Parts: sequence; structure tokens; C-alpha cells
Amino acid sequence: MTFLRVVWLVMRKDLLVELRSREILYTTVFFAVSCVLVFAFGFVREGQPMGDVGAGILWIAVAFSGTLALGRAFERERQSETLRALLLAPVDRPALYVAKLLGVMTLMAAVQVVIVPLVALFFQAPLFEHFLMLAALLFAGTVGFTAVGTMFAAMLSRARSRDVLLPVLLYPITVPVIIAGVRGTAALLQAEPDPAAARAWLSLLVSFDVVFITLALWTFEPVMTD
Amino acid sequence: MDFDSLTFHSVTRNFGRRRALNRVSLTCRAGEIVALLGPNGAGKSTLLSIAATLLSPSAGTVRYGTHTAGDGGASLRGRIGFLAPDLFVYPELSAAEKLTFFARLHGLRDVGPLVEAALRGAGLYDRRDDPAGNFSRGMRQRLAIERALLHAPRLVLLDEPFTGLDDAAVEAIGTRLSALRDAGAIVLLTTHDLEVAERVANRAVVLSGGRLEAIDMSRGGLRESYRRVATP
Repeated sequence: MTFLRVVWLVMRKDLLVELRSREILYTTVFFAVSCVLVFAFGFVREGQPMGDVGAGILWIAVAFSGTLALGRAFERERQSETLRALLLAPVDRPALYVAKLLGVMTLMAAVQVVIVPLVALFFQAPLFEHFLMLAALLFAGTVGFTAVGTMFAAMLSRARSRDVLLPVLLYPITVPVIIAGVRGTAALLQAEPDPAAARAWLSLLVSFDVVFITLALWTFEPVMTD
Repeated sequence: MDFDSLTFHSVTRNFGRRRALNRVSLTCRAGEIVALLGPNGAGKSTLLSIAATLLSPSAGTVRYGTHTAGDGGASLRGRIGFLAPDLFVYPELSAAEKLTFFARLHGLRDVGPLVEAALRGAGLYDRRDDPAGNFSRGMRQRLAIERALLHAPRLVLLDEPFTGLDDAAVEAIGTRLSALRDAGAIVLLTTHDLEVAERVANRAVVLSGGRLEAIDMSRGGLRESYRRVATP
């Protein structure tokens, strides 16, 4: 069976399960919205944001809700040991990684559809003036974050303290993603937008994505065998 | 790929400092059912997981005919059917959706008729559209067994297949296993039910404290033989 067919089958199954339970979607959207609201209470005075904080808050909400989605996506596979059933299938195991990666990315995209307008509203951030560049930054950042997160979440799915270990391992490695995302978005939101700087940060994100997806595809099978 | 035997040669498996399996050697051939007996924590599930290629041995080798897990890869996994105690059930998916998903993942053709036959075999055809999360333990067990056998595997590994089943279902599974054996499958199953094991298995081995011992089933029945071997 082709690699892409396996990716499609597993991803469709994951999205069908999520569509039925809506567990991850509701919890991540609620968490991300709460995050933005808490920051709005702290950084907005009389309808005016205190400083240029929109970019940072957007990426914090993306990172925190993404961690929640990653943990829950693999908790679901752990509960009935269904991850082992997937690993037993006669398919390229890296295809399972890619399917999980795309499934979590889809959920994170849904979260971003909700929180980007909220951040724009509360922090008066002109997020839609350079919409394509912002979408590219969010996409590349989400790919990098979930590429690392999916690998760690799969590795930790059988660890007892996985809920604690996932953010401990994930955040230090994805710091470049968060920094590039924040700085690239901030370059678009400043009084004099700087698309060239945003493009440079986007290049860094794409480089990160290529390196970590390659690493994950290479190591997924041996890591999951034990 | 195909093979007609499963051979563990001096297989040892450690989890940290704990030794779950200690130099286990066993050969199972096509056309036989081997019952793997032993107390809780003896290492039975570990041995099945190693045979299913989900775990690597710390030492020793496992051969599938002339192949190993390393060189067999995905095509070897396609010849293995594994029933785990956790049943591999997605509670949100219906019985039909679950079997269809795994049939497609195994690259099977004519998935619709195959799934229908499996659901009828499990006695779940009338409940095919119900979420598996609403099923009783016995129903989920029957569904899981059908999932494990859907792709007509050469090597059938069943970890406690009779758990939660009523007498009629145990009888049906026993008949199914006999049919698999007659068709040339290698069946390795674990169970605590010695009566069922005696009825369906050609031979039995006992794992105790990570070590394997054969049982002579002809001498005084399985229960008596088991007691002799398993009691320290």
C-alpha cells in the first residue's frame, strides 16, 4: 500500500473519531480562548493594549493549546493500546507518524481560526493586513511545533509521567519555532511593517521543519519498536 | 512472504533490572495450536509481544521460517494476527468502521464482503453500526478476535482470547482455532483456562519466572501436569 494511502486512512480515522467525540477540539479551543482572554485582562487597559504584545500572545496560545492537543491525541491511542494495533499493520511506520502529524495540525489550524481574530480584536493587532505572510508563518510554525511534538508524544505514550515530560521535552527544542514565529509576526504588526524580516523568520521556520521532519521520519520506526 | 514455523532461540527480555524472559527457546509449527500457560506476571504477554514484532528481545533471536523481524518488515507483519488483552478498540467507531479501517490498512481487497462475514462470524452483524464503546466486554472480545483474523494471518497470537466470553462463544472460538490450525496456521495462545486449553491445544508449555517448560499433556491431564510444573 502506498505511503500516502496509509497517511490518508489513518488521518481520516483520527478525524472521524474526533468528529464523534469533539474532545480535543473543544478542550484546545477553550484553552486557547481562555489564554487569550487572561492576557487581554492583563494587557488591555481602557480598550488599549499596553505595548506590542499581540504576536507573543498569539504564539503562546498556539503553543499551549498545541501541547494539549498532542497529549490528548496520543492518550486516545494509549487507552486501548490502539497505537500497537497501528504499529502491527503491514505499512511503512513513518506513514503513521505523518498521519498523526497532519491530524494534530488540522486541529491546531481550527484553533488558530478562532484565536487569530480574537487577538486582532483584543490587542488591536492588524493581523489581516499581511494575511498571506501571517498564514505562512503560522503554517510553518505549526509544522515545526507538531513535527517535534508528535515524535515526543508517540515516544512518551507508554511513559508513566508523560503529561509532565511532554512539555519539559517539547518547549526547549521548539524555542526556535516560538521565537521565529513571534518575531516574524511582530515584524508584520509594527507601525512600519517589515515583510523582509518576516520572510527571513519564515525561512528559519522552514529550515527547522525540514530538519525535524527528516529526523522524525528516520527515527520513528526504531523508537516505536521498543 | 510466508513461513511455516516460529522459533524462539534463547530469548531473554529485560525491563530495567527485571528479567521478564530468561533464555526461552520454543518452536511452533504450521498446523498446531500451542497453549502458553503460566501465572500472572510470568512473561506470557511479553513473549507474544516479541513474536508480534512489537518488542525486541534483549538477547536471543526470533525466526519466522528463515526470516527475522528485521528483514521481514511490513510484509512479515502482514502475516501476523495479534489479539492483545487491551483489544485495540476505538470506542467512537462502529464495529463495521473498525473492521473496515483495519482491512484497508492491511491492503485487503473486497473489504465489504470480508467485513460482513467477520461481523456475522462474531455475531455482531445486527449491531454493526453501534459504537464499539457501547459493547460488552464479550462483544468487544469477539470483535477484536475478528480484527486479528481478518487478513488470514499465518501466525496467530492470542493473549487471553477466552476472557469475558460465554460458553457458546468459547466453543465458537475453539472451533475457529481448529479450522485455522487445519488450514496451516501457527497458533500460539495464552490462557488461564486449563480446560479450554486442553480441548483446543495440541501441546502446552508453561512460563514461570521467565523460564519455559514443556508439559506432557498425555500424563494425567493438563491440570495435574500444569500443577507439577508451575508449583515451585
